[in-house]
Amino acid sequence: MSLSNAAVNLQTQRWQTVCGRQDLVAQSGVVVWFEGRQVALFYLPGEDNPVFAIDNQDPKSGANVIGRGLVGHLKGELVVAAPLYKQHFSLNDGRCLEDEQQALQVWPVRLSGEQVEIGLA
Amino acid sequence: MNAATTITQREQLIIVGNGMVGHHCVEQLIEQGALNRFQVRVFGEERQRAYDRVHLSEYFSGSDAETLAMGAAGQYAEHGITLHLDEAVLQIDRERREVVTPAGRYAYDQLILATGSYPFVPPIQGCEGASRLVYRTLDDLDAIRAAAANARRGVVVGGGLLGLEAANALKSLGLEAHVVEFAPRLMPVQLDAEGGAALRAQIEALGVGVHLSRATQSVVAGEDYRYRMNFDGGEYLETDLIVFSAGIRPQDALGRSSGLDVAARGGVVIDSACRTSDPQIFAIGECASWNGSVFGLVAPGYSMARNVAAALAGRDASSFTGADMSTKLKLLGVDVGSIGDAHGATPGARSYRFIDEAGSAYRRLVVDASGKQVLGAVLVGDNSYYDTLLQYVQNGIALPADPAALILPQSGGAPALGADALPDSATICSCHNVSKGAICKAIDNGCGELGELKQQTKACTGCGGCAALLKQVFEHELIARGVSVDKSLCEHFAYTRQELYALVRVEGIQSFDEMLARHGRGHVGCDICKPTVGSILASCWNQPIMDPSLVPLQDTNDTFMANMQKNGTYSVVPRIPGGEITPDKLIVIGQVAKKYDLYTKITGGQRIDLFGAQLHELPAIWGELIEAGFETGHAYGKSTRTVKSCVGSTWCRYGVQDSVQMALTLEDRYKGLRSPHKLKFAVSGCTRECAEAQSKDIGVIATEKGWNLYICGNGGMRPRHAELFATDLDDAGLIRIIDRVLMFYIRTADKLQRTSVWRESLEGGLDYLKAVILDDSLGLGAELEAQMQLVVDRYECEWANALKDPEKLKRFRTFVNDQRPDPGVHFVRERGQRRPIGAAELHLIPTTEEVL
Repeated sequence: MSLSNAAVNLQTQRWQTVCGRQDLVAQSGVVVWFEGRQVALFYLPGEDNPVFAIDNQDPKSGANVIGRGLVGHLKGELVVAAPLYKQHFSLNDGRCLEDEQQALQVWPVRLSGEQVEIGLA
Repeated sequence: MNAATTITQREQLIIVGNGMVGHHCVEQLIEQGALNRFQVRVFGEERQRAYDRVHLSEYFSGSDAETLAMGAAGQYAEHGITLHLDEAVLQIDRERREVVTPAGRYAYDQLILATGSYPFVPPIQGCEGASRLVYRTLDDLDAIRAAAANARRGVVVGGGLLGLEAANALKSLGLEAHVVEFAPRLMPVQLDAEGGAALRAQIEALGVGVHLSRATQSVVAGEDYRYRMNFDGGEYLETDLIVFSAGIRPQDALGRSSGLDVAARGGVVIDSACRTSDPQIFAIGECASWNGSVFGLVAPGYSMARNVAAALAGRDASSFTGADMSTKLKLLGVDVGSIGDAHGATPGARSYRFIDEAGSAYRRLVVDASGKQVLGAVLVGDNSYYDTLLQYVQNGIALPADPAALILPQSGGAPALGADALPDSATICSCHNVSKGAICKAIDNGCGELGELKQQTKACTGCGGCAALLKQVFEHELIARGVSVDKSLCEHFAYTRQELYALVRVEGIQSFDEMLARHGRGHVGCDICKPTVGSILASCWNQPIMDPSLVPLQDTNDTFMANMQKNGTYSVVPRIPGGEITPDKLIVIGQVAKKYDLYTKITGGQRIDLFGAQLHELPAIWGELIEAGFETGHAYGKSTRTVKSCVGSTWCRYGVQDSVQMALTLEDRYKGLRSPHKLKFAVSGCTRECAEAQSKDIGVIATEKGWNLYICGNGGMRPRHAELFATDLDDAGLIRIIDRVLMFYIRTADKLQRTSVWRESLEGGLDYLKAVILDDSLGLGAELEAQMQLVVDRYECEWANALKDPEKLKRFRTFVNDQRPDPGVHFVRERGQRRPIGAAELHLIPTTEEVL
């Protein structure tokens, strides 16, 4: 099942603070260490849910670089371009636009005041 | 094997030969659904899987076996097809229906011969080794390359299509190339006498020797070169190697030895269904003889492959009815086209001819006795007439009132037969037999993008000769459907880079958001338009790339001002202007590298590259480098990289100018200049050219009187010699001209277009560029210089700027909520330094992370 950032928000019970809003970079990404995983956080002020959480590991290169990718809007959805080989992943569900074999995990995430919280499934 | 499974088992189909036609047959079998009926086994004699022989000469100009390969590596396996490479079929045992290879015997129910052809080498006394090379396979090319080492001159025997290709290959190996042809003209099959003469003139102008009406009698040891070729009549030519390209012969040995009918002039005899005299055996491509003819082009071979595949798939197969031998080529950079009855051999045929002796261009139009139909044409020097003429021939379109207009020079370019004049049956791509109707159908079914159209219809994926026509039909059909033709940068901007540049300048646009709001769509952009606009803004206004509004625009290397490597770590390159460095600074680089355990390597641009830094280490590393007086080297940007130099007149006994000083001046002036692509410079202190300036975007070579300027050279994948642009300049004059050239490039180039490609795409070529820059024909000179001065005045070291600003440094954290380094980065030590661990080594060590 692919999890949508928007859809899961409602169902999630517990939230864990991972960093502050001031750690985020507008229109761009940073990475947090979360439960032994590397999670990239993209901050797009102006969107209904302005923060997106997505796996930091690029499946094609194996390198932990997704958080350093460029954010864009392609074919109607928000995406991040992997910096090494430039394939695009949906920020909403982690799907790769070019290759069905590749997918990234996404996490529910929200701003709570000045805190950024990731949902524990 | 029990009886029950035998019934349901698929029949065995064996294809002998994995060349272009054999491969196409496999693709067609897959596509037409024949794999339901057949278990397919393919034998290839060569080590490599099928590759593109049409573009063989590119093997010497940047392509390798993999880029020339047809189809993906796993394509056959994916469909359960067994491919035996490097396994020649020695014999066909027709009685037992088995093929015999060195590895064993394989049964077949149906067999397809696609063994192609082999080069014909006339029996000439003394020919062996490097004086008996041929030009057919990748192994042949490796042999030519080996023979070319230490050679100065190479001769091709045979002035036909393949011979000229081979001459081009010798030329790209750096040899002085000569062509020896038995006939009194080049390309005797395709061209008439005048066409051959025009082609000869053009090829000789390129520095290739052409020797016609020469028959080689013997080859003996040479005096000045390795060999001497003796011609009849007592003349001779010396050379270091000889490549024979005097024609091909069908590879029909298997057919002969197994007793199949073979044509008098060679080739396994086939009927219109491509069946040989044994109904279980087909033959396709150059090994087959149909109606006494062997077809040495890829298109007829493909059409045979298609027909056989259709028959085997149980579909209606069309029969092979001969082939159009029209060809369009670029030989040694010269356009050559031959259509239909090029020699006017049809009874009653009449010709129109256009001869341009000054430009060595020639065109001939052959029409029928009634003057209503085009029968054929010959083109030398300009193939823009080809597509239209071919359509006239293939579709029997009635000639216009003044047929000569079809080949006369036109002020507005070649006359085009509008795409709408073509009937639906018109063949657009003859390699894959794609009609205009098939293209229209694909567009009707929603295909709105040229790349997708090629993928769906296969049009233009063979020889590529129909690219221009396909694009024309595609755009015409889109317009006819009320769709505007898209030349957009991406889905957010309906403009080209050049148009965006003009908008930025004219409207004084300072930010991406402003650009998007005024001229774009949406409010986010993408990884195509953001870096493009970011680069234009930097070229125009040169504001620090770390400004908050500019940061999200940069590609990742610009964002973090370092070059990301395959494992996500960065390399760091401090600027070492002109390659000149003090011992103290050298020590600092060593100390920094040692402290952070960075892999250290000298670059081709006379700098030192430090690899393996993690994101969070970059500010500390740069702090120490800047403290010692270094600046950023911009190795991460589409911008000025280095100015390489030799030591020049200060030290060298040959040097005539101070090349180091000039390199420092240039590097200081242009450092940090953002451009459509990276820029490399070099300055040599004398004509010996030790700095290799002629392979750079901007190359400067000292003369007794000043400096010669060379521009638009390139190393890399497609090397290009820089062209001499201006001579004997003084220092100020040199800089003024470089200012103008670079700013004009920045203004007019496409995104990610190096100066070499930009220069080649400039209409009017070098003369036009000289007029604009040296004669100021557009009146832009002062403006270009002023723009450059603004960029120069606003320079600051991006790393020094970033280090002063804690806000900007926030981004340089591997994790914003944790101090640890990236646990996914692993190194091993090799030759005294560390390097990233390979994927194969990685699984040996325990990892804490699970890949999804």
